[in-house]
Amino acid sequence: MPRTSFEAKNGCDTSRRHRPGHQINQLLTILGLHRNNRKLTKMTNVLTQARPIRLKGRSFLALVLTPELPFEDWVVRLDDLAARSAGFFLRRPIVLDVEGLAIDRTQLREMVEMLASRNVRIMGIEGARPSWLDSAMPPALTDGRPASDIEPPAAKADPAPPEDETADEAVPAPIEHATHAVRAAPSLMVTQPVRSGQSIIFPEGDVTIVGSVASGSEVVAGGSIHVYGTLRGRALAGTMGNAEARIFCRKLEAELIAIDGFYKTAEDMEPALRGRAVQIWLEGDKIVTGTLG
Amino acid sequence: MGKVIVVTSGKGGVGKTTSTAALGAALAQGGAKVVVVDFDVGLRNLDLVMGAERRVVYDLVNVIQGDAKLTQALIRDKRLQTLYLLPASQTRDKDNLTAEGVEKVITALRKNFDWVICDSPAGIERGATLAMRHADVAIVVTNPEVSSVRDSDRIIGLLDSKTLKAERGEQMEKHLLLTRYDANRAERGDMLKVDDVLEILSIPLLGIIPESMDVLRASNVGAPVTLSDDRSPPALAYFDAARRLNGETIPVAVPGEKRGFFGKFFGRKAA
Repeated sequence: MPRTSFEAKNGCDTSRRHRPGHQINQLLTILGLHRNNRKLTKMTNVLTQARPIRLKGRSFLALVLTPELPFEDWVVRLDDLAARSAGFFLRRPIVLDVEGLAIDRTQLREMVEMLASRNVRIMGIEGARPSWLDSAMPPALTDGRPASDIEPPAAKADPAPPEDETADEAVPAPIEHATHAVRAAPSLMVTQPVRSGQSIIFPEGDVTIVGSVASGSEVVAGGSIHVYGTLRGRALAGTMGNAEARIFCRKLEAELIAIDGFYKTAEDMEPALRGRAVQIWLEGDKIVTGTLG
Repeated sequence: MGKVIVVTSGKGGVGKTTSTAALGAALAQGGAKVVVVDFDVGLRNLDLVMGAERRVVYDLVNVIQGDAKLTQALIRDKRLQTLYLLPASQTRDKDNLTAEGVEKVITALRKNFDWVICDSPAGIERGATLAMRHADVAIVVTNPEVSSVRDSDRIIGLLDSKTLKAERGEQMEKHLLLTRYDANRAERGDMLKVDDVLEILSIPLLGIIPESMDVLRASNVGAPVTLSDDRSPPALAYFDAARRLNGETIPVAVPGEKRGFFGKFFGRKAA
């Protein structure tokens, strides 16, 4: 039953009963209801001069547990492992890989709960149907790249049954083993001009382009970007959180440049630098440009 | 075995259909067997420019769907014995073109003609990608102004990725045809200069066609500009372009510039 004439006119859902002393709050809430399809919204102040939120990329190495059916048997083996290295799972975020397992939503939920009761915190689930993962469950993870298997630590007095340790099960290990030999930083070499509409995306390292980057194209690199030609499109360097990355070009006509999330559009670049050979780098949170030679 | 040329641009209204007809007629006048194919299903114009709009019985979509044989759909030009037209449908649209159907038609045409010139529709969707798919040579038609140049750049990127040649790892032979060039406006700075366009697009220059009223007159009369008025500046430029397609090396003359400045005849080719 409508409580004010305003509600009556606008047909709001008034199943919520407001206390009489909160008349003003009620009106504000109703304004929210009216404007937004009857969904209750809070009227918040929008910051007009907001600093853009920086979204950084970062990669972490996760331990993946791949359960096998029947689940109870697998859990017994897991307990055995946990007993041999007490407290290991406590500190680690674990990813559960259920790809290809013949289970349903309830079984998945039970799995997660059973693991939680053993203090194994699941931070994400791979290979599950999106409809199974509601807000109570860990989020879905996709596009995981395989890293080397993690070897178990040397067992204690009793010789642990090795046949239980399948390659699929990620077993606890000292962290030093996970970071293996030093790899040379990869770099991508592009020897043709980048045409309008094309995107060169290389999060692993530097990108070198022998040619021009056309207006309407973009180069996204985890490292630095070197353009031996005219940069007319967008260049985004240091996208994986690398603030040391730089952008070099023979002729600057760029539409947008960014280093580690901080960006500048063509509007804000110094007009004296357009058409010149420049290098662009980051000092703190400011983008600095300088001519080359 | 004939060569398949696609005349494409990305941007609409730059002179693809005009150039297809003019080049087709120029090549046919040189004695070659030429067929011009209209790929703009639903918005066909090549039949108007060729003057064959009153003789269209069957079209490309009919041939693809098997309602007619290729020989029934081809229309021979009244003025040139070796020039044929395969019109598009006006009542259907691009969804009626299938990749296999287009492949069959182009293969059949390649066997019987020296040159198969495909008039691509504007845009980058199905019609344009199907038109370019089987091409050996691409002619990118561009006006010397910024939006046309950027769209041409996009289409060059697609030529390097969505064609059979690109999928086989071969390089597609690309040529730039600069149309509607107005020397006065280029001098004043209203239009991009030839060198600017070449620097941005980096493909070899096939020819520069000057802006001219002859083109409009020719299409109203229903004749390619190289047939209706073969002494006009655009017609002469198209004849030169056709000769370059045949492999001759002719220096490109920028319209409106005084002859005799030999320095200006150098450095017009690829960037």
